[in-house]
Amino acid sequence: MTDLTKLTISQATTGLKNKDFSAVELTTSYINQMEKTDNLNAYITKTTDNALSQAKIADNNIASGNMRPMEGMPIAHKDLLCTKGVKTTAGSKMLDNFTPDYESTVSQKLAESGCISLGKLNLDQFAMGSNGQSSFYGGTKNPWGNDLVAGGSSSGSACAVSARSAIASTGTDTGGSIRQPSAFCGVAGIRPTYGRCSRWGVVAYASSLDQVGPIGKDVRDCAIMLSNMSGHDEKDSTSANIPVPDFEAVLTGDVKGLKIGIPKEYYIDDMPQEIAKIWDNGKKMLVEAGAEIVDVSLPHTKYALPAYYIIACAEASSNLSRYDGVRYGHRVSGKELDEMYELTRSEGFGEEVKRRILMGTYVLSAGFYDAYYIKAQKVRRLVANDFKKAFESVDALLTPITPSPAFKIGENQEDPVKMYLNDVFSVTLNMAGLPGMSVPVGLSDSGLPLGLQIIGKAFDEETVLKASYALEKQAKFDATPNI
Amino acid sequence: MTAIIKGTTGDWEMVIGLEVHAQIISQSKLMSCSPASFGAQPNENVSFVDSAFPGMLPVVNKECVRQAVRTGLALGAKINKKSVFARKNYFYADLPQGYQISQADQPTVGEGVVTIDLQDGTTKEIGIERLHIEQDAGKSIHDQHPEKSFIDLNRSGVGLMEIVSNPDIRSAEEAGAYFTKIQTIVQYIDSCDGIMARGSMRADVNVSVRRVGDKNLGTRTECKNINSVRFIKQAIMVEATRQVEILENGGVIDQETRLFDAEKGETRTMRSKEDAHDYRYFPDPDLLPVVIDDEFINECKDSLPELPDTKKERFINEFGLSSYDGAVLVANKKNASYFEKVASGVKNKKLAANWVVSELFGALKKAELDINDCPVKAQDLAELISLIEDNTISGKIAKEVFADMFKTSKKPAVIVEEKGLKQITDTGAIEGIIDTVITENPNQVAKVKENPKLIGWFVGQVMQKTAGKANPAMVNKLLAQKLK
Amino acid sequence: MSFSNDDVKKVAKLSRIRIDDKQLEQYTNDIQKVLGFMEQLNELNTDNVEPMANPLDGVQVLRNDEIKDGGYPETIVNNATDDTMNFFTVPKVVE
Repeated sequence: MTDLTKLTISQATTGLKNKDFSAVELTTSYINQMEKTDNLNAYITKTTDNALSQAKIADNNIASGNMRPMEGMPIAHKDLLCTKGVKTTAGSKMLDNFTPDYESTVSQKLAESGCISLGKLNLDQFAMGSNGQSSFYGGTKNPWGNDLVAGGSSSGSACAVSARSAIASTGTDTGGSIRQPSAFCGVAGIRPTYGRCSRWGVVAYASSLDQVGPIGKDVRDCAIMLSNMSGHDEKDSTSANIPVPDFEAVLTGDVKGLKIGIPKEYYIDDMPQEIAKIWDNGKKMLVEAGAEIVDVSLPHTKYALPAYYIIACAEASSNLSRYDGVRYGHRVSGKELDEMYELTRSEGFGEEVKRRILMGTYVLSAGFYDAYYIKAQKVRRLVANDFKKAFESVDALLTPITPSPAFKIGENQEDPVKMYLNDVFSVTLNMAGLPGMSVPVGLSDSGLPLGLQIIGKAFDEETVLKASYALEKQAKFDATPNI
Repeated sequence: MTAIIKGTTGDWEMVIGLEVHAQIISQSKLMSCSPASFGAQPNENVSFVDSAFPGMLPVVNKECVRQAVRTGLALGAKINKKSVFARKNYFYADLPQGYQISQADQPTVGEGVVTIDLQDGTTKEIGIERLHIEQDAGKSIHDQHPEKSFIDLNRSGVGLMEIVSNPDIRSAEEAGAYFTKIQTIVQYIDSCDGIMARGSMRADVNVSVRRVGDKNLGTRTECKNINSVRFIKQAIMVEATRQVEILENGGVIDQETRLFDAEKGETRTMRSKEDAHDYRYFPDPDLLPVVIDDEFINECKDSLPELPDTKKERFINEFGLSSYDGAVLVANKKNASYFEKVASGVKNKKLAANWVVSELFGALKKAELDINDCPVKAQDLAELISLIEDNTISGKIAKEVFADMFKTSKKPAVIVEEKGLKQITDTGAIEGIIDTVITENPNQVAKVKENPKLIGWFVGQVMQKTAGKANPAMVNKLLAQKLK
Repeated sequence: MSFSNDDVKKVAKLSRIRIDDKQLEQYTNDIQKVLGFMEQLNELNTDNVEPMANPLDGVQVLRNDEIKDGGYPETIVNNATDDTMNFFTVPKVVE
């Protein structure tokens, strides 16, 4: 039999339907691959026993003709999504002992669609980071090279799909955390519009920026995942009450007449040659597929990154106040309440998390609130208005997603600003709440995957997926890591 | 009336503002679907949202917004169609999120005004700065363990209204009257049960002092979480006196949060509130702005009952009550409704007011009973008063009957019947008794001819012989005729 | 704006994070760098711009007042390191 882990969701579903193989066989292949690629450290917690019993149920459903849309698909979740009865750590010592008694809306929806969960995936601690190295459980390695980062913060989510230790995965994207690791690992990932997927049960980093989304082997798998994880949730006040389209239906490859904007501000200073080249290739591919390329301007682009860090840190400083050792999570005893708080939080949080809490506290504190926080909120409006204006003349935008291919573990680490600059192409849409997708389109000079990004209007994931699919078809990216 | 504190270097006046916290009456909590009720077992009324588990999100309870708007309308305050929930960040054992969801620069209710009644019969207007909605905190229990405090989150997340006054209050008495008035209003409209013993209503008291005549405000301190009107007054006096003493000795007042210790009769710095100056308010990113329309506001308006001030005016104008009786009767919604039931069954409303205010309230107070547990039904009291009105019994006998009603809850007519207390209004019968008294007491008859004032003695004799049942007016009239 | 060791101490106190003296300098330098980067925003005139707190231009949906949650105290305290009789515990608080 061919290696079942090479199949996409749509191929595997056809295989199950045709009884070419069973869900138990499919799941077992993935469990074997998990073992084989264990050195990549994609998983924090494996739930293989449970996955196998779920697979048996899936086989029964298939046998009785009650196949659900994603019946028997072995996926895995970023360990930021709370899973009932399964340890949920957020990659932090703070939650090393935390087992929630509730299931996040998104993982619940996927389970109800027939998905099987193989386990919980590694990430930067509390989703803060772009290199996947700040996890309490060790860094995630890139399947394309063991000395390379997988990106972050959804490092395990991209790594597992790339290494075929999960057929698809969930990630979260606050400033690029789905798209950047997807690009680094040569897989597809979409961050949906803010409000498309429920945030309920997802450990919060920055509430006005966080969104859950899928990472998959290709655009179609992402579309299938997204259709099954989206939808209104009355438990999340910022979840949009609008219908969920069948995202797979728009994947025709036909983008005739679609206007694709090229924002000139994304030509940053000292942009590496290979990034400029791949962007140029992307334009040609879309033209080839029938799209029209239009130059547009997003004048406030360069201010999005600093404003993003102000807002994200401010919200994080407040969101992470609940980790105080009293009701769950790590606790260091102290003689007094404040001593207990301080020891617990100093020991439980990693360095980057602490740094962001301190910065967030600072930008909200008396005397600095207007200069930093309010200023950033105003800049956020300007960034959002830029997009609004651009979308008056185009249907979607094509941009780079990362300023480089995956870098070496340990690089960029001494200087936080240098590290934050990795997010320069990704954070802009988070500020405006827009959807964006990273699609692998080629290899760098050093043979590493490079992606491009399609950005769409709010709640127009259909156009994002349609354009991404066209790009994918043209690019014919079929390189795989050597595992 | 401004109360003056006599210092050694001159006279000082107090400037007081109150932040009244009133727990909203609703089924579920402000941001979660767990019960908002009082008195459950530890952490029984707690959801993952209330205990701030990872990934939990708030969703605003419509009823809490509605109650706040109703209260705002009852305070004659401006209703803001757009309001924003913000986070107030601080660490404390009973604050699981590490922040309280509250409202900062965009509260649901803006400026309003409350009229308070003072003991000298005057009234005063106290300005309301704002009313905002926020989450209540949980409870720390300190007396169960030598080294630990226990945390119960049942109260965590219950909706609260914080009603902030302007610094218009000038004495402890005014502060008490203001608090009581707010209590009356929220109880009238059922937006808060007002039960201080349960902590449903509490106040933070802001106090500063300044020399009489000074127009500038002094530095204020805030005494947190005071849970009785008596303590509010005490805390104000203790704190104002402390401030005067410091200032007169050349010291300065620190703007700080203080704790009022009723046992020791002192206020002291609250260590846990050292960060109080930096709550880092910002809009809660888990929530969107609350926007209400005219329809929502009008529905709130239509749901309001007659408010105490309006009711008092009506009692004075329609029933001819005194301002004092009016104020006493409307001060408590249940009392007012009892009185209205009594008044509806009698002709003489003033008489009804007298009976309720003096006899009934007196008896309740003596028996330490709440009006809810009153053994005399309003309808029965009305019947009793009607018996006076139609001359079936005298006012004096009525008091006797009332005492019996209070003890036995029997109907007045039954008691009158059983005890044969019906007033004797038959002229012939009364004349017969008068004749007997005159015949039996020739000496007294002689005396009364010289001194007509002694007629009272005969009245007494007649009443005694009739066990008080003779109509006193008739007795007087007939005696006067016979002893002429 | 200059950011000092004292500023780190102040925000560390506010956020209940203990910073060793050894690490203090590092935190100060790192945060100083990031704040410097953030101050680029001062190049922009934002005088008449409405701050944007959330990307959704919507309004809050108000939920109906129904009891649908609570009633599981054992589960609530189940993840606590230190609990007793369904209470959470903290070191004794003395006011």
